Amino acid sequence: MASAPENQKTIELVNQNLAKRYRAEKRFRAYGIASIGFGLLCLLFLFTDIIGKGHTAFLTTYVKLNVELSTDALDIYDVNDPQQIAGADYQGVLKKALRERFPEVTGRRDKRALYGIVSSGAGFEIRTLIEQQPELLNTTLDLWVLADDDYDTYYKSRSSDEGAYTGRFNEKQISWIETLIADGAVEKRLNTTFFNAGDSREPEQAGIRGAIMGSLFTLLVTLALSFPIGVASAVYLEEYAKKNKFTDFIEVNINNLAAVPSIIFGLLGLAIFINFFEMPRSIPLVGGFVLTLMTLPTIIISSRAAIKAVPPSIREAAMGIGASKMQVILHHVLPLAMPGMLTGAIIGMAQALGETAPLLMIGMVAFIVDVPGSISDPSTVLPVQIFLWSDSPERAFVEKTSAAIMVLLGFLIIMNTLAVWLRKRLERRW
Amino acid sequence: MFLGLLVCFEIRQTLTEGFAKRTQRLPKSSDDNQENFWRIMDTSTLIATLALLIAAAYVMGRGRSMELADTSQGGFRNLNSLPFYYGMLTALWCGIPSLFLVGVWMTMDTSVIDMLLIKQLPEEVAAMPKSELGLVLNTIKNLAEGNMLGSAPEPYMAQAADSLKRLTQTSQMAMTVLAICLGMLLAVFSWFRISPEQKARLQVEGAFKAILLACSCLAILTTVGIVFSVIFESMRFFQSVPVSEFVFGLHWSPQMAIRADQVGGSGAFGAIPLFVGTLLISVIALIVAVPTGLMAAIYLSEYATAKVRSIVKPMLEVLAGIPTVVYGFFAALTVAPLIKDSGTSAIDFLNIQFEFLNIQMSISSESALAAGLVMGVMIIPFVSSLSDDVINAVPQSLRDGSLGLGSTQSETIKQVVIPAALPGIVGGVLLAASRAIGETMIVVMAAGLAANLTANPMESVTTVTVQIVTLLVGDQEFDSPKTLSAFALGLMLFIVTLALNYLALHVVRKYREQYD
Amino acid sequence: MEAIAENTAKVDNMIDTKKDVQNNSPESADLSNLETVGIPFSDNAKMSMRDVDVFYGDKQAIHGVGLDIGQNEVLAMIGPSGCGKSTFLRCLNRMNDTIDICKVTGSLQLEGQDIYDPKLDVVPLRARVGMVFQKPNPFPKSIYDNVAYGPRIHGLVSRRAELDEIVETSLQRAGLWNEVKDRLHAPGTGLSGGQQQRLCIARTIAVSPEVILMDEPCSALDPIATAKIEELIAELSENFTIAIVTHSMQQAARVSNRTAYFHLGKLVEVNETEKVFTNPDHSLTEAYITGRFG
Repeated sequence: MASAPENQKTIELVNQNLAKRYRAEKRFRAYGIASIGFGLLCLLFLFTDIIGKGHTAFLTTYVKLNVELSTDALDIYDVNDPQQIAGADYQGVLKKALRERFPEVTGRRDKRALYGIVSSGAGFEIRTLIEQQPELLNTTLDLWVLADDDYDTYYKSRSSDEGAYTGRFNEKQISWIETLIADGAVEKRLNTTFFNAGDSREPEQAGIRGAIMGSLFTLLVTLALSFPIGVASAVYLEEYAKKNKFTDFIEVNINNLAAVPSIIFGLLGLAIFINFFEMPRSIPLVGGFVLTLMTLPTIIISSRAAIKAVPPSIREAAMGIGASKMQVILHHVLPLAMPGMLTGAIIGMAQALGETAPLLMIGMVAFIVDVPGSISDPSTVLPVQIFLWSDSPERAFVEKTSAAIMVLLGFLIIMNTLAVWLRKRLERRW
Repeated sequence: MFLGLLVCFEIRQTLTEGFAKRTQRLPKSSDDNQENFWRIMDTSTLIATLALLIAAAYVMGRGRSMELADTSQGGFRNLNSLPFYYGMLTALWCGIPSLFLVGVWMTMDTSVIDMLLIKQLPEEVAAMPKSELGLVLNTIKNLAEGNMLGSAPEPYMAQAADSLKRLTQTSQMAMTVLAICLGMLLAVFSWFRISPEQKARLQVEGAFKAILLACSCLAILTTVGIVFSVIFESMRFFQSVPVSEFVFGLHWSPQMAIRADQVGGSGAFGAIPLFVGTLLISVIALIVAVPTGLMAAIYLSEYATAKVRSIVKPMLEVLAGIPTVVYGFFAALTVAPLIKDSGTSAIDFLNIQFEFLNIQMSISSESALAAGLVMGVMIIPFVSSLSDDVINAVPQSLRDGSLGLGSTQSETIKQVVIPAALPGIVGGVLLAASRAIGETMIVVMAAGLAANLTANPMESVTTVTVQIVTLLVGDQEFDSPKTLSAFALGLMLFIVTLALNYLALHVVRKYREQYD
Repeated sequence: MEAIAENTAKVDNMIDTKKDVQNNSPESADLSNLETVGIPFSDNAKMSMRDVDVFYGDKQAIHGVGLDIGQNEVLAMIGPSGCGKSTFLRCLNRMNDTIDICKVTGSLQLEGQDIYDPKLDVVPLRARVGMVFQKPNPFPKSIYDNVAYGPRIHGLVSRRAELDEIVETSLQRAGLWNEVKDRLHAPGTGLSGGQQQRLCIARTIAVSPEVILMDEPCSALDPIATAKIEELIAELSENFTIAIVTHSMQQAARVSNRTAYFHLGKLVEVNETEKVFTNPDHSLTEAYITGRFG
């Protein structure tokens, strides 16, 4: 019992410090919770900010005008000539309708401002209408036409807390639109242009279809190249490679490439594909090449993990009945590792879909109105479109940019959900 | 058996006819990209043809081996390998050399055609210095594509353009014919060689392995490509600007004066302001990301219940999945104005309350702080998942040892787990730093273009990546130092990130070995 | 009241004993209503456990164990693999708290204080009941810092000199001082396996606990290192109460005063060590020590 007093002293000392130690414990936990809270708060803030800015872009403002579609005003002599119908001056009819709606407006400058109520693309809508229903010619009817982006922004911000955004408007312009609103001649409709059109300088006519198709073609090229090559490299490194300096070198290279900044891959693409091989700029094919080189390390690393997870007993069983190495790989290892490899490929594709910087380098930032139709048409991609729009001075592009971000995030969420689902669905436990 | 060959001929015939039709349409096109467009389309038709040829070769090779097997007694058992391997062998003989030929041809033909073209030019033109010759060649190419030039072209140029057109077409035709002939020839050759004794399986497996090896060498090729492209252009840059000026110079203004009397275009290439700007923004990002990410990882792996972890961890990882362009937009349009407004009002408040302070500070709307903060948020999940890995690798026995002595959980974490995991955490932080330095879109959108040499986070700074993007987006002239300086910056970026990555991976690997 | 209950239990045990010896062969043993035989309880108990059940999720690992550990006694726990002896040991300073699905019921007392009282604080408990683990687990710190770790976190010392003294005496008691006194600031992980384990023991006794729990402390060591640890246990028993789980019957025979035999989560027999190894009361114990299973 020699140590009894010593024990007593220990217990006393321990108890003395206990409160202080527990306060430290609590503080430490609080730091942890605060860190997680901060991260989640940022996520929440980001999403609400983007959605708050972008949700209005899915609706767009239309103005009701009493339009006289007389053949005289449209300069059409022969109703059956499609060329005349296509080339008629529909914008002029709209201008006339506006003049009649606001007869008090005189003076050249005021009139020009007045014409600005309708979008410069509104004429095309009427053309489409006439082409479908030629019997409407020589009638006068109420038509809903696309409004200009300034009026669109004004109308959308009218009911907000901060009051209407007037921007470059003068008193007269505000009075015109207010008159129209009071008459019930202004309303918001679903913005189909946003999903069907290519890029445009006019915010109300700009859409993301061109960018989505560009992204699609770029991703197709990337997937077609990076998946087979990535799987092949992974198989070689896991199943064939002996441990020597050369395979070590390959490994170090792959790991380093996975962490090289993406813009460096852009420089590579510019110097090799564009400058040396003289491939054309701005096309999804070259974009796909660059993104392939960039995503390859990701795919190799995840494919290797998937191959490693196949237990050696399967390989031994197959070899035991006389299967060759290639048969073991093709019949057993690859099918069993496929879910993991596909998951890795989807994650790599999601990374490629969101990538911007290397594509800027190879000229996919051009202003392209047409929707691309193949991997060799000049095009842009969704994230680059976001970058381009965010640089535009028009306020209406802010909501378009946010909406494009929402679409991009939507695609990414779908891809990642697919990856998680695939992993859960096809996961095998050994 | 010969039916197969006939079918194959038939397919080839129709394909080449269709192909010829397409080539006829070629001279009509006059658009910018059309020339290249047709080249790509032609090549894809050729590749499709070759693919069909390869498939036919497989079917025929397989068929022949089965025929051989049937004639003797015992069927397949007399064959050295399964019919599949004979088919594959024939297909490989048919496909690989011809595809290789197409690849080599396509890389070589531009330079060969250029050489032939120069030989045809008048002597005094051919004797011009290299850069001028390049201009002449470009003009000829534009002419050949049918682009209108401002002035009427000189007669020798029009002539050369015609011969260029002819050369290109000849080259394309020659490649097509050669590739298809080579494929068929070798397919027939290997088809005749098929015999029951042939060790087809071993040969196919050898080829399989070689193809896999070639694929894994692509990683090396990429690295080599990066190194060469960046170093090559940088060397050209350093011919006009000395290395010491680039690395130690304090003034960055890459706009070169076109006219002598032009204002502002001094053409200074001192990259120190860019390095400092990059460092400033990265440090701000790391100050945000490292403590937050580390504490989040500690809480999730040591305190949180399995259920909380399974919900919170993926949510934090969403932050890593958001494209950087989105962060850039967020930083430029939301965070930067927020910082400017709240900072300005805070300074006003201080100046009113404590007049003696009299703070004279303006906050830039492109402040380094905004870009750094948002970048930090982006890196949080990166740091937290790397730290999570290394913290989980610390053996439970160490925690038991500490808890068994009566230490609280936080004492165990602070004094045992973290010190044990420190090398891994340091590795993770280095990787995060390399990420911050190489991050492009956030800074392009939220940081400025002006190369200020300052450490004040409220001011606008520019970074290496911003300058690379600014210098290379739009028109580039590969002979002006302005464009080439982007590659020199790229070289710096590559060296620094490579060193950081190498160091980090080395440290992490050593750390893992310790607990394996 | 309690004393009476205990006595009744003892009497019951004695009656059961005879039954068991008569009709139990190990293979056919019906464990469903097995009662502990021998002398599981002590008059001078440091720790006393009654009706302890331990569950891992739905699976029960310990069934109704009742046992005392006497003051300054060395109690050995033996039994075949998976019999629950380590699980039981880890209950004694609540190390099982680190496993989420583990649930402990019954009464476990340290000098009359309930260990599993929800209001009780595990930190001072573990300062009183220290533990040495199966695999040596020195922290990746210097030898000095390893030993000083406990006194530091508990705030047992205020001056450097006191700490130096504690480190030295602890290392001396663990028989490691002479081997390491010249390299106190070398990393603890650089020592040999046996030295590492003695370092872990020094680390535990530096807090001067009342009870030391040892979970197969020699299973990862060679015979020479094992012999040193065994000597050490004998010396430590003068000052500390020790409960040791061991896989080696010889070790139990060499170091302990009493031996408890566990079988499939139940406590079969507790007796003076000499009696267990020469003339056990229960046929299962006899089967185990004679090597018929294990």
